[in-house]
Amino acid sequence: MKFSDFVCFEATIAEFQARDRDGAIAELVLSLNKAGKLGKGDCQVIIREMIKREREASTGMGKGVAVPHIKHEAVKDVVGVVGCSSAGIDFFALDKQPVYSVILLISPVDHPDKHLQVMESVFKHLQRERFRSFLRQCGRAEQVEDLLKEADEDPSL
Amino acid sequence: MQTPKDTSENVICETEIEIKNAEGLHMRPAMQFVDLANRFDSDITVSNSETHVDGKSIMQMSMLAATCGTQLRVKAEGPDAHEAINALRELVEEKHFDEPTPKNSG
Repeated sequence: MKFSDFVCFEATIAEFQARDRDGAIAELVLSLNKAGKLGKGDCQVIIREMIKREREASTGMGKGVAVPHIKHEAVKDVVGVVGCSSAGIDFFALDKQPVYSVILLISPVDHPDKHLQVMESVFKHLQRERFRSFLRQCGRAEQVEDLLKEADEDPSL
Repeated sequence: MQTPKDTSENVICETEIEIKNAEGLHMRPAMQFVDLANRFDSDITVSNSETHVDGKSIMQMSMLAATCGTQLRVKAEGPDAHEAINALRELVEEKHFDEPTPKNSG
């Protein structure tokens, strides 16, 4: 699966207003909603579930990236959105380091395999230092879009 | 790739395990796997048909996208290789990460 298949570029947050995890999650969910990706889904419910999931175990897997995700009936296909923080956000990450790049995912309730395919493509790139570093340097939404589309074309990025 | 067989206490142990829980190896099970793998000194490698990943790295394990029914090859190499393989197999196949299997899921 490619980033372009599930990432809503229109909803990218190039620089979080929020300084904390919960605020960043809320910004991303609201931005997806504004882009029309959440249908009749209740944003506040989605935000709450996202934070609850994050409290159970942080999706900040180290190296400055976090991938908060839940399943929700508001979506029929996996929907993703990217947010960046130049200052870094405390995501209670495994390595206790700040998070600079957040990829938030909402997956449909009854398609676990789709969710896994998306995770595969996300981590294929996130585990590469060059990709993480490019993502962190993105200051504008267009740069995020260019980078992810480039990654779609170039599996080695 | 090097295969360090030169020390006497280095054991290599390898097995196939099948993902049994309905949702597959998503992040929470992958974390359980990585947590358990990290309790052993042995190096743990996990492979599907196309990729080999470090069983102690959550990012790499998340790349496997192992759905329910997927067979994974798990290889442990080190002084506690046998114990590691047994524990990991128990987690994946017997406990299926304490998650529902397709049969008993609602």
